[in-house]
Amino acid sequence: MSVSERDTLAKDTRPVQSIGVRKPLVDGPEKTTGKAMFAADFQAVDALVGRILRSPHAHAKIISMDTSKAEALPGVKAVVTEADCSDSYGVLPIAMNEWALARDRVRYRGEPVAAVAAKDVATAQAALDLIEVTYEELPAYFTANDARAVGAEILHDDKPGNIEREVDFDLGDVDQGMADADLVREVEVHCAEVCQVQMEPHAAYAEYDPGRERLTIRPSTQVPFYVHKMLSRTMGMADSHIRVIKPHIGGGFGSRTETLQSDLIAGLLARKSRGTVRVVLSREETFITHRGRPESHITMKVGMKADGTITATDFSVVQRGGAYSGYGIVTILYAGSMIYGLYDISSVRFKGFRVLTNTPPCGAFRGHGTVKTRFAFEGLIDDMATELGLDPFAVRRANLLVAPTMTENDLLVNSYGLDQCLDWAEKASDWKARKGKLGPNKGLGMACSHYISGASKPKHWTGEPHATIHLRVDWDASITLLTGAAEIGQGSSTVMAQCVAETLGVDMSRIRVIASDSAVTPKDNGSYSSRVTFMVGNASIDAAQNLKATLVEAAARKLEIAPEDVECLGEVFRGGQQDQGLTFDEVVMEALKGEGTITVKGTYDTIPESWGGKKYRGAAIGGTMAFSYAAQVVEVTVDPYTAEVTVDKVWVAHDCGKALNPLAVEGQVQGSVWMGMGQAMSEETQYHEGLLLHANMLDYRVPTIIESPPIEVGIIEAADPHGPFGAKEAGEGSLSSFLPALTNAVADAMGVRATSLPLTPDRLLELLEKKARDMRANGEAA
Amino acid sequence: MVKTVLSLTINGTNRDDVIPDNMLLVDYLRENVGLTGTKIGCDGGECGACTVLINDRPRHSCLTLAVTCQDAKVETVDGLSKDNRLSALQRGFDEKLGSQCGFCTPGMIMASEALLRDNPDPDEAAIRDALAGNICRCTGYVKIIEAVQFAADITREELAS
Repeated sequence: MSVSERDTLAKDTRPVQSIGVRKPLVDGPEKTTGKAMFAADFQAVDALVGRILRSPHAHAKIISMDTSKAEALPGVKAVVTEADCSDSYGVLPIAMNEWALARDRVRYRGEPVAAVAAKDVATAQAALDLIEVTYEELPAYFTANDARAVGAEILHDDKPGNIEREVDFDLGDVDQGMADADLVREVEVHCAEVCQVQMEPHAAYAEYDPGRERLTIRPSTQVPFYVHKMLSRTMGMADSHIRVIKPHIGGGFGSRTETLQSDLIAGLLARKSRGTVRVVLSREETFITHRGRPESHITMKVGMKADGTITATDFSVVQRGGAYSGYGIVTILYAGSMIYGLYDISSVRFKGFRVLTNTPPCGAFRGHGTVKTRFAFEGLIDDMATELGLDPFAVRRANLLVAPTMTENDLLVNSYGLDQCLDWAEKASDWKARKGKLGPNKGLGMACSHYISGASKPKHWTGEPHATIHLRVDWDASITLLTGAAEIGQGSSTVMAQCVAETLGVDMSRIRVIASDSAVTPKDNGSYSSRVTFMVGNASIDAAQNLKATLVEAAARKLEIAPEDVECLGEVFRGGQQDQGLTFDEVVMEALKGEGTITVKGTYDTIPESWGGKKYRGAAIGGTMAFSYAAQVVEVTVDPYTAEVTVDKVWVAHDCGKALNPLAVEGQVQGSVWMGMGQAMSEETQYHEGLLLHANMLDYRVPTIIESPPIEVGIIEAADPHGPFGAKEAGEGSLSSFLPALTNAVADAMGVRATSLPLTPDRLLELLEKKARDMRANGEAA
Repeated sequence: MVKTVLSLTINGTNRDDVIPDNMLLVDYLRENVGLTGTKIGCDGGECGACTVLINDRPRHSCLTLAVTCQDAKVETVDGLSKDNRLSALQRGFDEKLGSQCGFCTPGMIMASEALLRDNPDPDEAAIRDALAGNICRCTGYVKIIEAVQFAADITREELAS
């Protein structure tokens, strides 16, 4: 580089801005060209096909199992059963009651019982047919009430009454609050079970090295570290003998925030066959694996003053949890604790029951535990507002929090943009001018919601930092970012690259992200509870600051000035405006002298104030470093004859603290709202005697592009003091307010209150017909 | 098992393969040819992730027997980039974030490709119509529509200049 070129570079150079910029995903081109490798895309010529035998009964004892005929079939390389498993597994250390393959008893229809690895699909299927299992059927329960009934058969010996967890809290003074209220109303709501239906069916590709007794596995998971732990536990192997590499992941939404049987079965089959095994589940099997949102029955009672101030809340939630514990305890705790944090409410009584039933296990679906409680609450206060003659926006504004604050159940609220969300949604939808003036069969509804930016206290409490990032810089002056955080399509790798690039002031093209390979990348707990941007983003900034310090020191040495006098402009380091400075590459070469390849680390830890309280058992659930906030307005048109609801438009404001990548924030918020729409309007798992009906995407009714509305996003930035550049979560908080905003809009359009979801045309038609009957009975014109 | 010699063009390259008559096109593409860009998201005809072009028409490769493609021109997402440049749709889905997890993307792009060949200036209704058989679970479809509009716009601009 000539002196004049160098002068020009130094004069023109400014730190490159990467935060707050609309950035396509760093792994976007792989996805649009078909080069991205998902678990099912790995297929060595000698890879065996893994297939799973599933229980035909919803509840039965396994009397005997004979796999000898299957094992004798030519082409079959391995058959595995519970006898091949060293231990049970589960996502919560206190509730690991599941086995990769059923042990002694099956508890839901479709539960894995045995698995085979064979040379091809036809042989594997034939082998499954040769496995002889004798069952003795037991009474099975498909509703929470039946499972809780006196005398019901117990699914798990240590869970009397089939209660997974009963949660109780009574904070403030609820009775006094109800007495102080001008209006007390109560509602009962029922929400169907829903499934994530991520586009990629579950799959795992497992390679066993028989010489070294080592396993390498590529599972379709959001939590490679948890899968790693459960593989070593199930297989009785040393953690260090297992390598988990996360391939590209076709969405998650919580369906893969715990280890799935298919991950473990792939490992077991690979070891027993001493080879390579592909386990790719069908869509039907993916539905049966489930881990979706539980069917819930909620009673909600609220006391309100004439000005809209909420004085007390008294509610109960019963969740049909399915056959195993999974995340159940956490889900029922969220259903209670997250009543707080959105509004300034203090007196709340909660009673929660998580019930074990003979249906596939539920899990941690996007908006974990909070969605149905929010639906009940936001619908009820909307009706109360109407009764009191208050505008729905006004009743929310009457109950705003003032940050910083601690809620009555000890949740830390450091930043709060709900007021701005309300302002945006009201204005964007032209609410004041249009509400009540849209004409017949049209309506506007609104609602609010919030969500955590990662659970502050990890499930596996080991004393390690919450997140760790490694950065490596070598002679080529490229920056390699090593992270265990699981990119699942949400853009986690992109956001980390942005955080590092911004901190250093370099262009993102300098940074290569290598994510989630246990042999290479630091441990990370995974992608769930919207933790990655907050926790791993902060760790990325920390790592980049450490790298910057190393580079500044090297530049100071070379420039023969003090480190504090070095001005870092990203691509140029200089001593002052007149200094021609050093390029990034030159600084790197200087830094390598005597040191070799640079590796730095960054970590992040949550603060104890964010760990939630101790006022009741499980009160830590809900504790987070920061809450996101959302308010949305939904406009609907209802066909009065078919009761078909069309969503014409959604306006949604989401407070994500600081939009690190506005493009990705919009994508996350639109996806959340839309997923809420599916749950609100059409999606529902149904069982007949425990048999999952319509386990396919058409009959389950995932919304298509035809019925999906335009969704306008307003980004609100109430920066959080602890967030990376002020950021908070963006991928979950907007989901739950869609449900009540929709039913509030239908109430506005048709004058009926929907309390049962999904609001399918048949359900709405019943409400409309009842209203017409009531009006006729009262002598009014229908 | 009856087998047939299948002769066809895949992404511009002629091939002859001996395949069982009951083999699905998607399995042939993924396992015999090794083109794994085309995805299987369901148990048959539900999701559209396996959409490929057969003689310029969008088709579910999971509902198509490979032998029915005798002498056909088959195109998959793996072959869309020309001269190492992303196609307009590939750029659109990348730059406009029409692709999040990316699993529906190959099918979305191929269905959109068929649309744009037929109708270079589609309105929103035409885009919705063309993608009615493709399910996406990440985006809510909003940015998919923008991605296709972007691709249509830059293609028309390129042709005009």
